[in-house]
Amino acid sequence: MKNVLLICRKELRSYFASPIAYAVMAIFGLIFGWVFFNASRDFVRFTLLQSQEGGGPVSVNDSIIRPLLGFAGTIGLFLIPMITMRVFAEEKRTGTIELLLTSPVKDIEIILGKWLGAVALYACVLLMSILNIALLFAWGKPDLKPVLVGYLGLLLQGGCLLALGTLISTMTKNQIIAGIATFFLSLLLWLLSWYTAFDTTVTSQVLGYLSIVTHFENFGKGVLSSKDVLFYLSLTYFSLFLTARSLESLRWRA
Amino acid sequence: MIKVEGLTKRYARTVAVDNISFEVAKGQIVGFLGPNGAGKTTTMRVLTCFLPPTAGSASVAGFDVLEHPMEVKRRIGYLPETPPLYPEMEVSEYLRFVGKLKGISSADIDRRVDEVTGRCAIGDVRDKLISKLSKGYRQRVGLAQAIIHNPDVLILDEPTSGLDPKQIIEIRELLRSLAGEHTIILSTHILSEVEHTCDHVIIINQGKLVAIDTVANLTNRLRGAEAVHVEVEAADGHPDPTQVQQCLEQAPGVSRVILKDSKDGHLRFEVESLKGSRIRAELARAVVKAGWGLNELHAVGLSLEDIFLQLTAAEQGAAATKQGEKTQ
Repeated sequence: MKNVLLICRKELRSYFASPIAYAVMAIFGLIFGWVFFNASRDFVRFTLLQSQEGGGPVSVNDSIIRPLLGFAGTIGLFLIPMITMRVFAEEKRTGTIELLLTSPVKDIEIILGKWLGAVALYACVLLMSILNIALLFAWGKPDLKPVLVGYLGLLLQGGCLLALGTLISTMTKNQIIAGIATFFLSLLLWLLSWYTAFDTTVTSQVLGYLSIVTHFENFGKGVLSSKDVLFYLSLTYFSLFLTARSLESLRWRA
Repeated sequence: MIKVEGLTKRYARTVAVDNISFEVAKGQIVGFLGPNGAGKTTTMRVLTCFLPPTAGSASVAGFDVLEHPMEVKRRIGYLPETPPLYPEMEVSEYLRFVGKLKGISSADIDRRVDEVTGRCAIGDVRDKLISKLSKGYRQRVGLAQAIIHNPDVLILDEPTSGLDPKQIIEIRELLRSLAGEHTIILSTHILSEVEHTCDHVIIINQGKLVAIDTVANLTNRLRGAEAVHVEVEAADGHPDPTQVQQCLEQAPGVSRVILKDSKDGHLRFEVESLKGSRIRAELARAVVKAGWGLNELHAVGLSLEDIFLQLTAAEQGAAATKQGEKTQ
């Protein structure tokens, strides 16, 4: 555990010593802020209209927070490859992987440390959206619990994709290739939900189940469902397990 | 301390290391010598548990690299060919990271970092980013990283490659000072390296062990032929260098005579004998008989460089003839 934290800290240090961390956080902050601005402007217009017509109050949670959190996950899809592409590819290219693999540290500790570092950075990225959400709490009365569940979902979803990215990063020395491959794999997992939208056959239901987005829907609503939590956790575990095998095969092949 | 038995490492298409066995005793500095692609790095990577062997075994301090990799890793300091540095870190920060990775406790880490920075003379760049360091400093930080946990065994892959002569001398002195308490294996394809720093040499070529011996013995072993340095006194251009050369050439057992230089009244020659002949007495007799002044006469060992060329060339020659026989 000590080694895991040691490597995790080193990873975070590397992220923040390079422009990557700042770039990812800035991109996320800008896009999220802009979408947030539009969403809340429309919301204000809509509620004004509603009150003139004598309708009831509109939920801030349902009309702003829920779609926005879903949207944050979508931006994450694009940012996660940028976070994980260097994780192992860079170490392989510069040869520092030799230092890690010849130190008295278990492979799994290296992998967990690196993955946790990436998750921590992703958490920092998500933090950029907190300011916007906080504004809603300052001027409105949204429900807090669904927001927390939503963020937990985002973190689980991110952790899952970050694990996939880490796996892909062990397979190449080239950061760009690692990044692009991760991006397309995440995109595929995301698109699976489109494929199944208007179809009810068994195949499409299985594929739909594998989509990384459909499992977020419950979290967005503020529903903490064990099915979805398990899906994310098991996919994360599976990816990290494969990462360990990939790192092991590196020794036998290299 | 290090024991390698029948070690073989095969890659997809090539055999990098072929059935190598050797032992290194505690406190020795051993030079691992061979041309590029001989299998030095592969052998070192097996010893450091970076690569598993295809066949055979390797153990460090009694621990097998496959059975107890953690114990082996704890006892080994390793400097790969390119020092494994994180350019975005400061030197002291990097050393602390590696130290902790190697299992040094937080209480000891500062003391250890101070000690290795002093030892490797990198105190003045402690707070610099590694990306800003020159090649020589990087190499020394790499070395500091390898010795930070005070390992029993140091494995250094080409520790002086790419350094300028002054830096090479500094690294050599550092290595000398580390010998005794550490067992050191260093690889190189430069011979003077081994002559200067090592007690023992392991020569490998194309994955096969060619020779393993002390540096002194190895020099002797190949001295089937004797080389002798002869210096003859000369005044006012007398005797004539060619005259002396002819005289020496006629002495029994001499294969060739090379005039080295003829400055301020001294004629210096290097005389090589035929294999197995002892020619020093004959040379002295010839010079005295001609009535010249004999200033100096001593045997010159063949340099390791020659030995290395001979060893590897002989191996290749033998392999070539074998193949020739097969095709016939």
